[in-house]
Amino acid sequence: MSEPKTKYDRQLRIWGELGQAALEDASICLLNCGPTGSEALKNLVLGGVGSFTIVDGSKVEIGDLGNNFMVDDTSVGQSKAKSACAFLQELNDAVKAKFIEENPVTLINKNPSFFSQFTLVIATQLVEDSMVKLDRICREANVKLVFVRSYGLAGFVRVSVKEHTIIDSKPDHFLDDLRLNNPWPELRSFVETIDLNVSDPVAHKHIPYVVILVKMADEWAQSHSCNLPSTREEKREFKDLVKSKMISMDEDNYKEAMEAAFKVFAPRGISSEVQQISNDSCAEVSSNSSDFWVMVAALKEFVSNEGDGEAPLEGSIPDMTSSTELYINLQKIYQAKAEADFLVMEERVRYILKKMGRDPSSISKPTIKSFCKNARKLKVCRYRMVEDEFSNPSVTEIQKCLADEDYSGAVGFYILLRAVDRFAANYNKFPGQFDGGMDEDISRLKTTALSLLTDLGCNGTVLPDDLINEMCRFGASELHVVAAFIGGIASQEVIKLVTKQFVPMLGTYIFNGIDHKSQLLTL
Amino acid sequence: MADLDVPQSKSRDLDKLLLRPGNLVGPDFDPGTELRDDMREYVRILVVGAGGLGCELLKDLALSGFSNLDVIDMDRIEVTNLNRQFLFRLEDVGKPKAEVAAKRVMERVSGVKIVPHFSRIEDKEIEFYNDFSIIALGLDSIEARRYINGVACGFLEYDEDDTPRRETMKPMVDGGTEGFKGHARVIVPGVTPCFECTIWLFPPQVKFPLCTLAETPRNAAHCIEYAHLIKWPEVHGGKSFDPDEPEHMKWVYDEAIKRAELFGIPGVTYSLTQGVVKNIIPAIASTNAIISAACTLETLKIVSGCSKTLANYLTYNGGEGLHTKVTEFVRDKECLVCGPGILIELDTSITLQKFIEMLEEHPKLLLSKASVKHGKNSLYMQAPPVLEEMHRPNLSKPLYDLMGRVQKDTIHVFGTALKNEEKQSSLTKLRVVFKGADGVADMDTAIGA
Repeated sequence: MSEPKTKYDRQLRIWGELGQAALEDASICLLNCGPTGSEALKNLVLGGVGSFTIVDGSKVEIGDLGNNFMVDDTSVGQSKAKSACAFLQELNDAVKAKFIEENPVTLINKNPSFFSQFTLVIATQLVEDSMVKLDRICREANVKLVFVRSYGLAGFVRVSVKEHTIIDSKPDHFLDDLRLNNPWPELRSFVETIDLNVSDPVAHKHIPYVVILVKMADEWAQSHSCNLPSTREEKREFKDLVKSKMISMDEDNYKEAMEAAFKVFAPRGISSEVQQISNDSCAEVSSNSSDFWVMVAALKEFVSNEGDGEAPLEGSIPDMTSSTELYINLQKIYQAKAEADFLVMEERVRYILKKMGRDPSSISKPTIKSFCKNARKLKVCRYRMVEDEFSNPSVTEIQKCLADEDYSGAVGFYILLRAVDRFAANYNKFPGQFDGGMDEDISRLKTTALSLLTDLGCNGTVLPDDLINEMCRFGASELHVVAAFIGGIASQEVIKLVTKQFVPMLGTYIFNGIDHKSQLLTL
Repeated sequence: MADLDVPQSKSRDLDKLLLRPGNLVGPDFDPGTELRDDMREYVRILVVGAGGLGCELLKDLALSGFSNLDVIDMDRIEVTNLNRQFLFRLEDVGKPKAEVAAKRVMERVSGVKIVPHFSRIEDKEIEFYNDFSIIALGLDSIEARRYINGVACGFLEYDEDDTPRRETMKPMVDGGTEGFKGHARVIVPGVTPCFECTIWLFPPQVKFPLCTLAETPRNAAHCIEYAHLIKWPEVHGGKSFDPDEPEHMKWVYDEAIKRAELFGIPGVTYSLTQGVVKNIIPAIASTNAIISAACTLETLKIVSGCSKTLANYLTYNGGEGLHTKVTEFVRDKECLVCGPGILIELDTSITLQKFIEMLEEHPKLLLSKASVKHGKNSLYMQAPPVLEEMHRPNLSKPLYDLMGRVQKDTIHVFGTALKNEEKQSSLTKLRVVFKGADGVADMDTAIGA
């Protein structure tokens, strides 16, 4: 193996060559390189992101030495962007590193077109007003955006993208696609070639459970007017029926069949989530539809035609007790069906592209194949504009969370993180930023939070005094550990957005460093 | 908004938490410069492991007000570490992790002292671990966690009424990651569940049945494990397989390919061969950063009381959306490791030899080949041979004498225990009480003897 491949081995096992290539193609812009920004970027540089540009206009102060690993004693008085850029470059020479010594807020106000060159912008430690402006700029330019803020023991991460579609969502747990209750002709005829009453005990205990369950489902349906087990009682009886076919207690294949019996009872057809995606208005394709939606349009046609209510077959089977021969043959039958489904899908995709006036070969075979394999796991994530959330958040969600013990700390911090920006706009400092005058700051923050709640339509809602006091105590500090935690989360979200694998967070993540009862709020 | 007239200190941000009083804080929080300075001066923290978590822990601790750190790791740097173990460079490959990690953090953060230990954790004296205020675990093996947990819980003493004594508690913070998932937990022996109390959180590793490998292989992993576990010993006799030897790995890969072709099984690659044989856990920088930060934040809270403590187990899952969850696990009151210990009543005349034999039959222990340690003193050691021979004369002496003729005390026994039909190394604490020694009435709780 070559050195870069070896270096990235542990992550290639997660997102593969395709994910890595996407990462290496990405150019990232970081706004402000305090510890939150530096730590977020560090994780991406290590992973091999293509290039980064740091925008920060500040000089390194002595206080920065205590919370930022990307500066040292020799950097005091120098450009923070320059210092962080040099230290980050040390971590991976394959990454193109750049910095611009300028205040991000100036850039947002004076040069909005600057941002359109990037794949993604990580905006750290911005106040509300700048967030709203940057969000508009990035939406317009179709640049992905992740906001990150550390504030004492609190903080947030917020993804903002108009639409993020995922083919390879890699769910942790997902029911395999075996079609035990809906076998296609080739699977059925293969199953029929196998005799469950075979006298050889070795052969008997090496019949794969897929075969056992398809046969049992048939047997059941014949004696139950073509229905499959549905009540709890029937399901139990079905398992007993499977058990009755065992000829000795050490038959693992029958044990597996009983454990997998629920797959026979699983509903046929596509899930409500996939249904929802195919009903999305974007699935009515037009000339500017993305490849994803073109393929969804093809999927929709497939399901109501060749698929007979089902998506294209995934084509893989889990390991199960079996003779080698039967397992390999079974595997081939699933693969053949998946390939046949793919060919139908490919034809439909090409036809749709042609109708749209696009080059019919503009979506590659591997992409369509991957889409077919993952058709049951498609995801579409859409994010409200930050401006909309800020001016009109879900009041019911806020009030519900405030009343819930597990959520109240997090939603309290959400309000207070916004209140401190209003405070700063009014008083030209953050509450508790400087020693002295703490009592006054506390009472001012309380008033500010109250008026914010009123503006949001949460009249009569009060925040606990303890939380307000804590917020003032934090005094806009940026602690290294909080920065590392929140920056870490931000970089993980960036990886998901850039590789288009896994599922990014939906909503606003509020970090609660007091007791770790952090929450993802849908506002 | 920065006020340029205010003199700056390196602990500008941390001071907000350490110098100011708060309402949502620990019961013993005493804010002030003394707290901050004492943390720098007197608190010593041990980081176990200088890998993905360990590198992050060292950096995080160094930037969280701690100046006296030690790090222990027996491994050397490999190329595959570089995607996340950010203190290492390509030119460091082959050097001891602990030494390079310590050096890099000290270069960057002035005033921090980190002592590296290029050593196995088992090779340190037990007392070595007692010098630290907190132990931070950045490990990837259950065995190593169990060992450290056993040592830290071994320091815990109980009063007569089985109340744990606070000054003997050795807190640990523990992190672990796999891909986009991870956990961080706080273990305060005697207060929160120790690693052993919740050992069920780690399900046993699934192994393929040998008959599948030998007779009915179905997938690529089966072919690889056949080459690794069956074919290698068959062909190489006594020569043991070394997963870090590229030629050995290549041989297993070639054999796995042959077997896969024979059975028509697809999917054997060199990368998969390494993954299966070395049981590689995928790892990325971001997850390690998140989990280590959580562990360090809890370390800061335990030491300073500057906020509430995590109670007591945080799980993080960033694969599908983002989920964090806090679970409050409860202690196993009868835990062999952090519990009051197994009380054993003995005659003052019983010899060490007899005592070791007894451990083997004791229903709660079933401990064979036991080594025995009393505080810093080894009473008997099974290995290495030199030390075994040195301690052998002790076997015929009464345990009472060897323990300095105290009426009762705690001892540690280390050996092989039979747990879930599997032999595992086990370190256990015993509370030994001698019958007939001064002031002891007959105890009805007596077991053994």
